[in-house]
Amino acid sequence: MSGSRLPRLVGLLSLLLAACALPFVLSNFRLFQFSQVYIYAIAILGLNMLTGYNGQFSLGHGAFYAIGAYVSAIMMDRWNIAYGWTLPVAGVLCLVVGFLFGLPALRLEGLYLALATFSLALAVPQILKYFEHWTGGSQGIVLSKPNAPFGLKLNPDQWLYFVTFAVLVLLFWLGANLLKGRIGRAIVAIRDNHIAAEAMGINTALYKSLVFGVSAAYTGVAGALSASVIAYVAPDSFNVFLSVTLLIGSVIGGLASISGAVFGALFIQFVPNWAQDISKAAPWAIFGVFLIGFMYLMPFGIAGGIRLLWIRATRSRVPQEGRSAVPTQAHTTT
Amino acid sequence: MRGTPQPLALVLALGVAVLAAVPAGAQTVVGVTATEIKIGNTNPYSGPASAYGTIGKVIGAYFKKVNDEGGVNGRKINYITYDDGYSPPKTVEMVRKLVEQDQVAALFQTLGTPPNSAIHKYMNQQKVPHLFVATGATKWNDPQNFPWTMGFQPNYQTEGRVYAAHVLKNHPNAKIGILYQNDDYGKDYLKGFEDGLGEAHKKMIVLRQSYEVTDPTIDSQIVNLKNSSANVFFNITIPKFAVQAIKKTHDIGWKPVHYLNNVSSSLATVLKPAGLEASKDLITALYMKEVTDPQWRNDKGFTDWVAFMKKYYPEGALDDQANGYGYNVAILMTHVLKQCGNDLSRENIMRQAANVKNLELPLLLPGIKVNTSPTDFAPIEQEQLAKFNGEKWDLFGELFDAFRKN
Repeated sequence: MSGSRLPRLVGLLSLLLAACALPFVLSNFRLFQFSQVYIYAIAILGLNMLTGYNGQFSLGHGAFYAIGAYVSAIMMDRWNIAYGWTLPVAGVLCLVVGFLFGLPALRLEGLYLALATFSLALAVPQILKYFEHWTGGSQGIVLSKPNAPFGLKLNPDQWLYFVTFAVLVLLFWLGANLLKGRIGRAIVAIRDNHIAAEAMGINTALYKSLVFGVSAAYTGVAGALSASVIAYVAPDSFNVFLSVTLLIGSVIGGLASISGAVFGALFIQFVPNWAQDISKAAPWAIFGVFLIGFMYLMPFGIAGGIRLLWIRATRSRVPQEGRSAVPTQAHTTT
Repeated sequence: MRGTPQPLALVLALGVAVLAAVPAGAQTVVGVTATEIKIGNTNPYSGPASAYGTIGKVIGAYFKKVNDEGGVNGRKINYITYDDGYSPPKTVEMVRKLVEQDQVAALFQTLGTPPNSAIHKYMNQQKVPHLFVATGATKWNDPQNFPWTMGFQPNYQTEGRVYAAHVLKNHPNAKIGILYQNDDYGKDYLKGFEDGLGEAHKKMIVLRQSYEVTDPTIDSQIVNLKNSSANVFFNITIPKFAVQAIKKTHDIGWKPVHYLNNVSSSLATVLKPAGLEASKDLITALYMKEVTDPQWRNDKGFTDWVAFMKKYYPEGALDDQANGYGYNVAILMTHVLKQCGNDLSRENIMRQAANVKNLELPLLLPGIKVNTSPTDFAPIEQEQLAKFNGEKWDLFGELFDAFRKN
């Protein structure tokens, strides 16, 4: 493993540098799109923890995204709290909500859990309309984009790009640490065989609820960031399709893969637009073709596909390692 | 996480995206060349509101007709329309694409109150015309704070004023009961109605009852209104509750003069389910010719529209009012562009949009004219009342001008 450390570090660093250089070469519109990619990536990583690593399905993560966005928007709109402070609040609140939802959801497995979470996605937009005094009802809440602090010479798009990127890096670092350690192994063990996991002394009920909570927290922070980037929240922003989109991103990017969340986010941000460029008449048919194509060519998601290609390319150099590196994590997630 | 390639691949992906980004070219007049004018639009071609998507299509069809006939002052209209699925974040993205990347001269007929709310500030910061938006909210008529945004259809407050004017004229001693939905839409109507009555006559309202859009029923509100001895009923409800209100009013034997907001004037979704007998003598306000109404069958505006539809948008439904709506508003846009002459700067497009005088559109009711001014960003402010005769709406009386401009 030590041999692969160096190129990995170089890769990560050059990636970081490239991402920090983007605001000075790209147009504001592209920066806005990339901010959205980072936001989606955070949400997808959250969903990935739950679905990819822990094997629990959710068709309702759009609901947590919405809660995060509204918490942030209401705090900014009502109490003039700076957007930065709204992120941890949104995260913690979604953690609690997710944990509480995870408790009864323990009794549900697979498709039944998917349906239960789906009901969340259906209910939240309507519930938001009910608390009109706070949420602005179907008209939503109009927000202002934050300006760069400390007299930095950055326009709001550049600044928000850096904010979302910093949050992304922080949450991915935390997530990677969580998933690669003891807790991560327990989470995966529950997915692979929960009876065996329990026999080994893992408190499966607690872990499952906790994963649900952390997953919801990630998605909630993503939602809170989106409130600032879009500068508007409304129930129509968080329809059922959002939840499905996040699931698509997580599967296409690669389940049980951290980098897969970024690939998935790139996919759900850009492919629908390309589909629309290709055919105005039937963009979703084109999108479907893309989707099937990706699933067929890269059954372990984009991250899994790239990993396989890399292994093939380097097999001659490090044969033993290459063979063992076939994505073992991805294939059990059906 | 044993492989090393993902970071490198991400660098590649980002690099591709950098190359894909088009640097913004500097132009003196944005979105206009010697041969074309770029007009941007978003519509819900997919998603929950996709039934409205036909408006975006019929507009495209009309601009094609204009281009086939030589364009506007020699320039072709390049109409760029994107799907936003009625999702405000997608609207923001698509509109930013239109403004920053496609560099359109103006944005036209973006559809829906939430999607337009999401881009309202942005358009005014960018100083890009945001014209004739497809929503009935009143906030689009605010030239002082939002000088780049303009509505199109009569807004809810305007309509509320029309009913108030009719009440004052015909039932000066009325006791008025009101049922309204407790949100922006309901309050907009209520405000227009109360403003129309004026301070002196506000006391004519004996009872206001509200409901939440999440309520299961409004029966008790109707009973309260009856018991208040009101003899005029202003019914501000969306279709689901309008059906209930009409039924209940009929069932408990309350016979007020019943004004029903235009939002729920549909025969198919409201009056038929409520019962045609119970719906008799309802009064509403209209501003367009109903395309299914036989009285317009030989009307020139209507027959022109049918000919246009058959030639340029044959797949569009001839019984869909939205196709008439899009045709009307596309004609208005073309009129504004013509009026701009050779100066198609964004400032002048806005100036001309705010300088439309007595323009008639083929599918507006006879006599209704589009009028705007630098202080009036509500193009259509006249409506005509109609009474339901048990089969269809019968227009009656004169046109009402909400602000008595004539």
